[in-house]
Amino acid sequence: MLENLDALLLARIQFAFTVSFHFFFPAFSIGLASYLAVLEGLWLKTGKPVYLDLFKYWLKIFAIAFAMGVVSGIVMSYQFGTNWAVFSDRAGPVIGPLMAYEVLTAFFLEAGFLGVMLFGMNKVGKKLHFAATLMVALGTFVSAFWILSVNSWMQTPTGYFIAENGQFMPGESWIDIIFNPSFPYRLVHTVMAAYLTTAFVVGAVGAWHLLKDRANPHARKMFSMAMWMAAIVTPLQIFAGDMHGLNTLEHQPAKVMAMEGHFQSHPEGAPLILFGIPDSEAKTVRYAIEIPKASSLILKHDLNAPLAGLDTIPEDEQPPVGMVFWSFRVMVGIGFAMLGIGLWSLWGRVRGRLYEMRWLHRAAVLMGPSGFAAVLAGWITTEVGRQPFVVYGLLRTADAASPLDAPAVAASLLAFILVYFTVFGIGVWYILKLMGKPPKPGELGAKRGDTGPIRTAGITPGPMQNPGGAETLPGDRANEKEPV
Amino acid sequence: MDLTVIWAFIIAFAVFAYVVMDGFDLGIGILFPTFAAGRERDRAMNSIAPVWDGNETWLVLGGGGLFAAFPLAYAVILPATYPLIIAMLLGLVFRGVAFEYRWRDPAHQKFWDMAFTGGSFVAALAQGMTLGALLQGIEVEGRAYAGSWWDWLTPYTLLTGLGTVAGYALLGSTWLIWKLDGEEQAHARKLAIRWGAATIVLMGAVSLYNISLNADYAARWLTAPEIYWVAPVPILTGIVAISMLRAILKERNSKPFWLGIALFFLGMSGLGVTIWPYAVPEALTIWDAAAPERSQIFMLVGVALTLPLIIGYTAWAYWVFRGKVADEGYH
Ligand code: HDD
Ligand code: HEM
Ligand code: HEM
Repeated sequence: MLENLDALLLARIQFAFTVSFHFFFPAFSIGLASYLAVLEGLWLKTGKPVYLDLFKYWLKIFAIAFAMGVVSGIVMSYQFGTNWAVFSDRAGPVIGPLMAYEVLTAFFLEAGFLGVMLFGMNKVGKKLHFAATLMVALGTFVSAFWILSVNSWMQTPTGYFIAENGQFMPGESWIDIIFNPSFPYRLVHTVMAAYLTTAFVVGAVGAWHLLKDRANPHARKMFSMAMWMAAIVTPLQIFAGDMHGLNTLEHQPAKVMAMEGHFQSHPEGAPLILFGIPDSEAKTVRYAIEIPKASSLILKHDLNAPLAGLDTIPEDEQPPVGMVFWSFRVMVGIGFAMLGIGLWSLWGRVRGRLYEMRWLHRAAVLMGPSGFAAVLAGWITTEVGRQPFVVYGLLRTADAASPLDAPAVAASLLAFILVYFTVFGIGVWYILKLMGKPPKPGELGAKRGDTGPIRTAGITPGPMQNPGGAETLPGDRANEKEPV
Repeated sequence: MDLTVIWAFIIAFAVFAYVVMDGFDLGIGILFPTFAAGRERDRAMNSIAPVWDGNETWLVLGGGGLFAAFPLAYAVILPATYPLIIAMLLGLVFRGVAFEYRWRDPAHQKFWDMAFTGGSFVAALAQGMTLGALLQGIEVEGRAYAGSWWDWLTPYTLLTGLGTVAGYALLGSTWLIWKLDGEEQAHARKLAIRWGAATIVLMGAVSLYNISLNADYAARWLTAPEIYWVAPVPILTGIVAISMLRAILKERNSKPFWLGIALFFLGMSGLGVTIWPYAVPEALTIWDAAAPERSQIFMLVGVALTLPLIIGYTAWAYWVFRGKVADEGYH
């Protein structure tokens, strides 16, 4: 039994590790695909070259991020079978079809049009190329739709019945399964998260180049666009997060208790614990800084409403409190920091000094990776908070694993860790290198081999690889300075 | 016809589409070290850069489709071949990122070229060995895999693995005959002859080995009246193999590639005949492993609506990049 436990723990670590890595890339590419579509659309509409330059600048980055998203995603689609065989067998009839729809309606769409988007502008003309970009952006959204439906069904299962052989079976209506109670909230909150993640990356890159050259029109343009997103989407995201939390309170109260650090029930209004150190042994939050009754106000919209605590949940159905408590605070903290940046930029706009405010630019650079941190923290809250179940209330994680020996899983986990950190680490480095170069007029696209001064005929394949086909660079400043 | 049978054919189609489409991508990866660094490698790579992602998506459909339509088979086969699947996935990671990385970092291009080859080779070998592991039989108890984590490693699976590597290399080289010209095309032709011969020999060896694997397989291929039904498969395979080699020698442009695909089609049909009607030989029939009717119908609607579109825009994407691979100054 102990042996089995080890294999289980390793499988959980492996799943959490690989899915966390995978999600970093979609979180960026869902937003970036839409941003690229907006840029190309604005270029077609206004004819201003600055949009085309920005499009090509971000296209190179998109190509790398997308490749990493694809290869790490394929790993995920096989991991259900390799490591969670019992889960696959039992939940397959319900969630398998949703994932098949994801392949049919999203993955093929993205992949089919990606080649044209990256390399085809010369071959198909502007309008058709724009259509390809739109299809890729649509594909990333549809992909989020289906996979979040799957995840949400596992959190709040509806529309199923359990057959004699233990399998979950689809009931009368697929609508009940797809639009399960937590799905709309999760979809909205996650897609906005992806937009914010991208906005803060774009904003950081813009701010970085503004710090070096306040007059760079490309840097100004992207910084301004990103700050609009920060100012408009962050409040919406906080509102959506609040709604999401209320929905969770209804369907997964134990998760909310862990998020709030409510070990005990509070019959007369529960306090909002801002910070503190949860101690699961003693069932209390040490050194808590709390606002009396505020939690009841947020969750029940009534200062004196009673709130149940983990003492009402059987011991073996409680999620681990520490991780959920902390990761939730990280996410919310970042959310408010994003709001701060958004408001700051509005103030700057009002005063007409958006491009002069050095401290705002510095803060925006610092906030560049914040979206990724928030997204990861959010998922940890969600997934750890639903433990010990994979299918909430119905199938325990411990019962869902494959019959694998611990050494097999240990070896694969080690291999994933080594390969992911090196391969994706290097990819992120390449992306940072691209971001370090200022965007410039006549930007090259995803053309191959234009990374630096080495442009021998040998490694510069034909114009087929160069959307826009700008072979000569008016005012080429590519090698002027090389930050990073 | 019964829905489960339709689904078996849909999955088989996805696997076949994957094998030939990503087959030539992986084949080019396997052959990469034999190309001269510089122009030849760049052109080979560029011939697949716009389409490889779409090609690989068929693997996700094969795996995801199996999960959806035959969840029990998915839940048994993947744990049984665990190390192979992990190796394949990691191989695909290296080969996938190499497409981008080699252009982004000229100083380490050699390294990413090696990663491209290593990843392609490992993925191809692991896929072939997984197929072999399935054919040789998987131990099942109740609804779960019951063997050890090394059951998949036998001389037979090594043979199927190598056969797959050779077959992919053949597809890759015939694709290059089509997409390249001049000296590079001549080089591809040489490779195609060599790997064509290797593929044919290995296909023959695997077929003979199959018959000796178990009595059922042998009965299917060697006793009347079945033999009259199945005999066309080996006969056609022989004809196609010879025409393909001739087409290569006669310096045809795209014909060797199409005949290479036909060869794969016949090979897969042969495997289909061997394994039918099992999802896991001797343990689970396709009906044992099938998802309930409601899931099958729901997905069938999706397939009927989307597959024609997918095939349409995939064909369009290939059409956009038709013809010989561009070089500086082309178009
Ligand atoms: C940029 C990213 C980002 C930001 C700024 C926020 N979130 Fe979030 N949050 C996510 C990104 C995210 C996420 C990654 O998208 C999660 C994980 C799973 C999910 O559905 O969304 C998530 C989950 C999640 C959950 C868990 C729901 C569940 O599992 O049942 C709650 C209650 C909130 N969020 C609430 C908030 C609040 C109140 C925020 C305001 C400060 C907030 N989030 C900011
Ligand atoms: C939407 C698609 C997703 C599905 C279907 C899914 C499914 C699962 C499953 C089956 C488990 C249980 C196995 C285990 O305990 O390890 C799990 C756990 C986990 N997942 Fe997810 N997941 C999804 C998305 C994500 C994302 C995007 C992240 C992070 C960025 C994430 C983070 C985690 C973590 C940290 C655990 C570990 C929880 C624990 O074991 O305590 N998940 N998920
Ligand atoms: C365990 C859960 C998950 C599985 C099994 C999975 C599976 C996959 C697969 C197989 C791919 C490659 C598709 C291709 O070949 O083009 C992929 C890419 C992608 N996935 Fe996931 N995925 C998971 C979680 C998520 C989540 C939670 C999201 C977003 C909400 C997401 C969004 C995407 C997107 C947008 C892509 C396109 C590639 C990219 O943008 O990098 N996935 N995923």
